[in-house]
Amino acid sequence: MSLKTSTLPNYTSRKLVDRLMRGCVFIATGLAIVPLLLIIGYVVIIGGGALNWQFFTDVYQPPMTAETMDSMFGAPGAEPGAIDPNDPFANLDLGALTGGTADAGATPVPGQEGAPTAEEKGADILEAEARGGVLHAIVGTLLVTSLAVLIAMPIGILAGVFLSEYPANPVATTVRFACDVLSGAPSIIVGVTAYILIVNAQGADGRPLGFSGIAGAIALTFLMVPTITRTTEEVLKLVPEATREAALAMGATTWYSTFTAVVPAALSGIVTGVMLAFARGAGETAPLIMTVLGSNVLVTSLFQPISALPLITYRYTESPFPSENTLAWGSAFVLMMLVLFVNIAVRIATRNRLKGR
Amino acid sequence: MAQAEATGETFSERIARRTRHGDGIFWGITLFFALVVIALVFAIGFVTWSDSEQARREFGLGFFTSGDWNPVETEVNPASFGALPAIVGTLVSSAIALLLAAPVAIGIGIFLAELCPPALRTPLSFMVELLAAIPSVIYGVWGVMVFAPFFTETIAMPLSDTLGDTIPWLSGDQVASGRGLLIAGIILSIMILPTIAAITRDVLMLVPNTQREALLALGATKWEVIWLAVVPYARAGIIGGVMLGLGRALGETMAATMLVGNRPQVPTSLFEPATTAASLVASELTNAQSLQHESALVLIALALFAITLMLNLAARLLIWYVNRGPVGSARA
Repeated sequence: MSLKTSTLPNYTSRKLVDRLMRGCVFIATGLAIVPLLLIIGYVVIIGGGALNWQFFTDVYQPPMTAETMDSMFGAPGAEPGAIDPNDPFANLDLGALTGGTADAGATPVPGQEGAPTAEEKGADILEAEARGGVLHAIVGTLLVTSLAVLIAMPIGILAGVFLSEYPANPVATTVRFACDVLSGAPSIIVGVTAYILIVNAQGADGRPLGFSGIAGAIALTFLMVPTITRTTEEVLKLVPEATREAALAMGATTWYSTFTAVVPAALSGIVTGVMLAFARGAGETAPLIMTVLGSNVLVTSLFQPISALPLITYRYTESPFPSENTLAWGSAFVLMMLVLFVNIAVRIATRNRLKGR
Repeated sequence: MAQAEATGETFSERIARRTRHGDGIFWGITLFFALVVIALVFAIGFVTWSDSEQARREFGLGFFTSGDWNPVETEVNPASFGALPAIVGTLVSSAIALLLAAPVAIGIGIFLAELCPPALRTPLSFMVELLAAIPSVIYGVWGVMVFAPFFTETIAMPLSDTLGDTIPWLSGDQVASGRGLLIAGIILSIMILPTIAAITRDVLMLVPNTQREALLALGATKWEVIWLAVVPYARAGIIGGVMLGLGRALGETMAATMLVGNRPQVPTSLFEPATTAASLVASELTNAQSLQHESALVLIALALFAITLMLNLAARLLIWYVNRGPVGSARA
């Protein structure tokens, strides 16, 4: 080979070009990996360093004294959230703390500011520890994302079953295209839609329904449905035809074989799709800005503005206070770990099944 | 034996009795949920279309060419809405992102598909896919906290000091803030790298080995095989991947909002705070000053939706064209 090609007149220059371009491609790969490793490294080191017990067990605490904060610090527009009477934390000292921060940290609403004990409690908080945690955001993310998964699951799974069992008809083609559109659409569009449909919609009393966890969950549903639908279709297609035939040979009808033989055989794959959808939904920020708005207190009701991890990551990054920036790094770390964990788990669970794809 | 046969019959009879009408119902239920998926797309289209009705009626097409965005009505200064700042910002930041990311990402795709040692291929590919899954707000955090100060010190300041006088779009009085179209474009380019790289790798892997073997048999070098046989065969798919990356850059909200500076004016310099369509909607919709303001923002969202929809459609068609199989002789 080398003997033959080396007799060609321009071999040296061609060899040079070959080396050069292969080097360029190699450098391109290295060049791209540097910023990506930097991002992961910073989030792991700074974000991981921000974690402590309090980070997971405390809610937001203002970084300054209550008085200065009232004048300076406009919290992200949350209404002072009432403490849920069913809230298990309400009886603890923590419950009182959230009451204090609610009045101090949120935008003052005339007539509602200044619960009698707010200042005392606020002072207590600041003396004890001026950092706080993100429990309210973790609870909010779990509630909103779980509700979204609950809504998206039946739609996605059954639409996926339709795609795999009735693959060739105009509806199926349209559904596949609709999934591509939904997963390619900027997430902000989904937020705008949910904002108009729910937040701005007229309630029974003629006032807008307002920001709520439910609005956020519905926005996230739009983003989760395509993931679940396409994954369900893919894994159902991987179930061997023999499984269906065996069920049919036993006298089962199509639907019976689908639900007793095909879907159980593909269950782990369907769960994979749901987990991926959960991870995607948990990291979305733009739709939540317009739907759940955010809150600085622990809210367990989905009918109120509620906080979420990506939201506080965004808001606390923009904050001038170092203690809030630290919280932003910490929640970025938690979010990234969630995404990495789900993706690696999915990778391990489907390693054999999806090999060679 | 007879016993078993009898129970077998009863069993299948029982199943037949219990499942007789099931298929129709099954078809109906799954069809319903399939239609729900389609309805979600129509819901987005319908809601944004009907809610932007006022803006479409009042501003017409001039909305997209007017550069004046002033949502707050005062006595001296009437409210005015023009989408040009958002359009310019979106196009410039996405163009920067694409210019930086596309060559590098295609290089990564080529490396992963053609040159990478087999032992490295799986972990590197997995890493690329993971990076596409990291939430955009994390890129934003890193951009604001780490990259922006570095960028201002070592790139923006020296560039505007040395070249700012001769090249107007590198000048700027507000360089110190670190926010602007250039830094937003750089962060966007990092975000769309994995998207383009993963698709490039996928379409290159689909190129049949006969393409490579044919050129190797002619005495080509490794690079000539890649450049003359493999890449042209997968060209349509690579362009599709670049278009998907562009779609992601155009619609990316969080990283842009955090880094672009959010100033709704047509910027004269890459280092000036500007805005993009997505970040303008994200930062102003929830506290819109008037119905007109809200309607104008929804119209921007509708335009963004229409553009990304068309980009996605075109990209999917191109990737599908490569996936369809060996029709390469006509193209190679």
